Amino acid sequence: MDWLYVLMPIAGVEVFWPGLVILGAGVGVIGGFFGMGGAWMVTPGLNILGFPMAFAIGTDIAHMAGKSLISTMRHGKFGNVDYKLGCIMIVGTVVGFEVGAQMIMWLERIGQVGPVVRWMYLVLLALVAWAVFADVAKQRRKEREAMAAGREIDKLATGHEWHKTFHKINIPPMVHLKASGITCSVWLPIMLAFFTGWLAGVLGIGGGLIRMPALMYILGCPTHVAVGTDLFEVMISGLYGAATYTYKGRVELVAAIIMLVGAAMGAQVGSVATKYIKGYGIRAAFGWAVVGCFVSVLLKLIPNYFPDLYAICNIIATILILSLVAGLSIYITVKMVRGAAKEVAMKKRNA
Amino acid sequence: MVLLHTRQFKLTKKMPVLKRVALILSILSMTAQTVLAAGGSDGLIVIVADSRNLSGVMAWWANLYNESHLYFTILTVVLIPLIGSIFGIVADFIMRLIGIDLKSRELAEH
Repeated sequence: MDWLYVLMPIAGVEVFWPGLVILGAGVGVIGGFFGMGGAWMVTPGLNILGFPMAFAIGTDIAHMAGKSLISTMRHGKFGNVDYKLGCIMIVGTVVGFEVGAQMIMWLERIGQVGPVVRWMYLVLLALVAWAVFADVAKQRRKEREAMAAGREIDKLATGHEWHKTFHKINIPPMVHLKASGITCSVWLPIMLAFFTGWLAGVLGIGGGLIRMPALMYILGCPTHVAVGTDLFEVMISGLYGAATYTYKGRVELVAAIIMLVGAAMGAQVGSVATKYIKGYGIRAAFGWAVVGCFVSVLLKLIPNYFPDLYAICNIIATILILSLVAGLSIYITVKMVRGAAKEVAMKKRNA
Repeated sequence: MVLLHTRQFKLTKKMPVLKRVALILSILSMTAQTVLAAGGSDGLIVIVADSRNLSGVMAWWANLYNESHLYFTILTVVLIPLIGSIFGIVADFIMRLIGIDLKSRELAEH
């Protein structure tokens, strides 16, 4: 069974390559569907496969760059990427990320900042999960009320309508974002990007998990456009991250390419699945991904207070994350296959 | 590597001025590259790939990593999007073959 293992030339360890392909495919499906990089899911997976942690983050970011490029290309063809919005946001994201990263270094000099940052992340994830589930519940209530009253609601109507308040800010220049169908002050996406970039810098994460809901709830992007535009941002930051981590010698390109084989297929499946699932289906599933991330961060925090529980918390967190990756990717793939089969059958009937 | 440098140093007496300058510049650039390759905060840890048991492309790749992180980075940054695009095009081709419409979708929230 030696052929199932491949020697990593830089790290010098043998890794079970089908595991890398499966992990890449699973995270590719989820990333393409939700518009995020998914680093929090990849790292424990690489850990289980015996991958040296020194290379885990860099390798993950390198494969993420390729994967998000594929997803962005696919979403772009669907019209889900608002390139104008993406370009406006890059400026804010980069500046915000740098400010956040500098701030964290300053905080580190003052004292131990790790647990504080993780607690902050937990609060944020709880808020995002609450916002998503409350939104889904509110939208369903609106739908039920409309049905009871015998009228139809607009297919782009949402539960939360916070973006309407933010659109009232009319500091010039104003900008029209065609793909998103929004006209707002240019400062709104810049400030939003700065804030999400700052949070990503402070928390040391990619930011897709925060940026996607921010695009939906604060800017008012339709779900599909929020997913596509977020992937565009992930692609840019992924390429930058891949360059910096490689320069520091922390990327195992062979592993990244093997993961990319699975991720390329997975990203296509995830991206195409958004065609068959309505916006609120994506939002509800996204909520569960946020809950999964919340629990995994919580399990990493517990050993700070109860060191004896380190091993058990680590095992539970790994099992939970990998189950979540498997569950979500299977759910998305099944939806995609069913939708595609229906579409092909309809085409044959009409032909 | 050290032996090579010592030999090069002994040869310097016979070398013309231009060659000496070139040698000094190359040593300086190698030092600068080593310092840069170590990165910012990770400067204390330098990882070296063991290429003794490798052959072919793998050995070349490991040697490139050891010799220049800059070239290694350039190649990685070019290869990742290239490979991603190739896989993406292949997947596109397969899905089109199945009969999936990959150019339009209905934008609806519910």
